[in-house]
Amino acid sequence: MRHLLSTRDLSRAEAVAILDVAEDMADVAGREIKKLPALRGKTVVNLFFEDSTRTRISFEAAAKRLSADVINFSAKGSSVSKGESLKDTAQTLAAMGADAVVVRHPASGAPSVLAQSGWIDAGIVNAGDGTHEHPTQALLDAFTIRRRLHGASARGRDLDGVTVTIVGDILHSRVARSNVWLLSTLGAHVTFVAPATLVPIGIGDWPVTVGYDLDAAIARQPDVVMMLRIQGERMNAAFFPTAREYARQWGLDDERLAKLPASSLVMHPGPMNRGLEISAKAADSAQSTVLEQVANGVSIRMAVLYLLLSGANGEL
Amino acid sequence: MTARLVLQSADITRALTRISHEILESNRGASDLVLLGIPTRGIVLARRLGEILDSIEPGSGTVGFLDVTMYRDDLAKNPTRAPSPTQIPAGGIDGKTVVLVDDVLYSGRTIRAALDALNDIGRPRAVRLAALVDRGHRELPIRADFVGKNLPTAASERINVRLLEVDGVDEVTIEGGDA
Repeated sequence: MRHLLSTRDLSRAEAVAILDVAEDMADVAGREIKKLPALRGKTVVNLFFEDSTRTRISFEAAAKRLSADVINFSAKGSSVSKGESLKDTAQTLAAMGADAVVVRHPASGAPSVLAQSGWIDAGIVNAGDGTHEHPTQALLDAFTIRRRLHGASARGRDLDGVTVTIVGDILHSRVARSNVWLLSTLGAHVTFVAPATLVPIGIGDWPVTVGYDLDAAIARQPDVVMMLRIQGERMNAAFFPTAREYARQWGLDDERLAKLPASSLVMHPGPMNRGLEISAKAADSAQSTVLEQVANGVSIRMAVLYLLLSGANGEL
Repeated sequence: MTARLVLQSADITRALTRISHEILESNRGASDLVLLGIPTRGIVLARRLGEILDSIEPGSGTVGFLDVTMYRDDLAKNPTRAPSPTQIPAGGIDGKTVVLVDDVLYSGRTIRAALDALNDIGRPRAVRLAALVDRGHRELPIRADFVGKNLPTAASERINVRLLEVDGVDEVTIEGGDA
């Protein structure tokens, strides 16, 4: 693997291979010494043009567990605020000898510009670009689902026949986009449930069923319900009347939680708006995988960095 | 390309039986013994050794496996290697005598990686090495404590260890070198 820009580029075999490597990485987290020497001497730069805590910390932890050196770069307080272009920033990082660059950028497509421009020779990992994709989040979601469903025998398995309902702000969600491609590549059936104002145009081409009624979707007893965050910073138009109305119609409240089968998983990529898209009871229930998702995120990102940075030609 | 048969199924079984007795002898019994196979075929050999040990002294064959991929010194020079699982027996390895089991002992670099991997998992009382075939050409100061067969080879030759559980047949062949 040279870059990880989109889950759309991954074949089923590649996706399963990444999840399998992540299983081995997860085993390391259970040891007393949670460190592997595989990426000793490599430099990973976290290039974050947008605020993030868990993704950046997760990548940092992953790189450090593999013994790579980590340089954190956030646009705030850097030369970017003086007007430096992406090209100059990338060339500066290249001159410092970065082996991999983890990019989060508010503009969709910024990571693929970096990967294709020739400004920098490092492997590029997309850590969220605009409203486009967030591949490692989708990989960790798939990993979490696979682990919960298959337990110790998860290695080598895909997600054939698993039903996943993704609820909320699909329009602005890169998590939803990455998940659609990855989960359907792995054989799962994905359903979107959202207010009609938050469903993107052109969704007809996606491998997904769209619905507008959360109660009807829950009545079909999905294996997984994934709640998306209502992104206050992107709510720049009247997508729904009030937060209370959104919570009543599309929030996973205690009543809807009770109607879900006990075996269904409740997922959320975080950070959660408790009381808006998800109730505290749902977030803290045994069905909730929120904290597992965070722990699995480190394993997935270790796997991705390992596959990107070890090896002479990057082929697995 | 000619392949010469060096060990047959019965030879392999005899070698493993002898190694089992040697392990018990050098360990003065079966207490605190952990066999760790190195993927892929080392795992199979460790399981077989465990069964033989169990038949000699019941309860002595504690078997696990140890992946060394992440500890290799040639990661950057070869295509990306997929790691495989590591499984340490429930009792851990602290204070135990660990016997590393591999199919072929060659440069010694895999064993160097295995020693580093062990270091991150615990502190065994002693580490021993068992190999089905020792073909020479060591690049590091490492030697085996228990050897199935010493096979002097040329560096251009290839040793193929095939085992029933992985390859459907039990044999060790030596290939090439005459070209």
